[in-house]
Amino acid sequence: MSLALDKPRQPRRPAARRSNGELYSWLFMRLSGLLLVVLVLGHLFIMNILDGGVHKINFGFVAGRWASPFWQFWDLAMLWLAQIHGGNGVRTVINDYARKDSTRFWLKMLLYVSMVLIVSLGTFVIFTFDPNISSN
Amino acid sequence: MTATAETTAGSRGSQPPVPDGAVTVTVKIRRFNPEFDDEPRWDSFDIPALPSDRVLNLLHYIKWYVDGTLTFRRSCAHGICGSDAMRINGVNRLACKVLLKDLLQTGDKQTTITIEPIKGLPVNKDLLVDMEPFFEAFRAVKPYLVTYGNEPTRERIQSVADRERFDDTTKCILCACCTTSCPVYWTEGSYFGPAAIVNAHRFIFDSRDEGAEERLDILNDIDGVWRCRTTFNCTDACPRGIQVTKAIQEVKRALLFKRV
Repeated sequence: MSLALDKPRQPRRPAARRSNGELYSWLFMRLSGLLLVVLVLGHLFIMNILDGGVHKINFGFVAGRWASPFWQFWDLAMLWLAQIHGGNGVRTVINDYARKDSTRFWLKMLLYVSMVLIVSLGTFVIFTFDPNISSN
Repeated sequence: MTATAETTAGSRGSQPPVPDGAVTVTVKIRRFNPEFDDEPRWDSFDIPALPSDRVLNLLHYIKWYVDGTLTFRRSCAHGICGSDAMRINGVNRLACKVLLKDLLQTGDKQTTITIEPIKGLPVNKDLLVDMEPFFEAFRAVKPYLVTYGNEPTRERIQSVADRERFDDTTKCILCACCTTSCPVYWTEGSYFGPAAIVNAHRFIFDSRDEGAEERLDILNDIDGVWRCRTTFNCTDACPRGIQVTKAIQEVKRALLFKRV
């Protein structure tokens, strides 16, 4: 067990960055968390419990749901909120635990790229989903 | 330099007679001498002690009668000055406020007390840490009365209710127990830490002070209150019983609603 830390304290405090960024990110975590409780639990309930549960899910079921703008919006909101909420959480973890500035920078870049990729791919699928696609 | 690594004599000569009712306890201390050690090491001492002794008495016994090279801070030894903050059995406490009877094992089991320097500050020697980064964060929040305009000709009056708002945070003795118990402070380079926020709180919520906005601005920083994860380690560690996490939350609320 080693209690020694590589860089226990910085000798000088960097000049304060005056912005409300951290405040908004903190607030977003609380609000999106509340919304996600409703969205995710609702999603789990519909997909896994109602009407025979998980066994009813097939291409047709998904196509039927996404024919309605309500469910499109539900899934879109869930995707964006979950991705940004989770990504912001991981960003906090990286900020807290990365020891070197370069490690911190590259981990965050990796995180942001993956977030953008997943959010855009998901959004693309929700809006361009074609129920008549041939299944061969 | 003529010092040698192995010094076995205490600084006050031979050991005093063991008092009636004394038990033998093992005190395991994490030590570091920058002149000889590359890495911190553990030293164990079996010493006689009374259940009514404080942990500070055990350290005195070791320093005075067993090993005079043991290094630690203490001044008043009565929980007022805040010099002897250390990690006792894994939690931050003032050595002068922890009684041995609260640490004793039940039955015939041997009692071992582990003592480490407070975490997250550079260790100078043994239990002595460099407090400068801690005080730097303290100074950064402007912990003094800030006013503008002409000085009043009479004293600045304050109602009992206004005084009550920051009463809790006036109790801080700057021992660093809270700040060095905070996991965010351990790993992150420049988080202000609970103690600095507590001392900012003391002035932010003081009706006579006019610097609240400046201090809130400083604590709105990426290294400010938003780093707090409400772990409550600080509240548990505070030897003065300050509700530290609550104070931090009050600063967050003041920032959120832009209202003190």
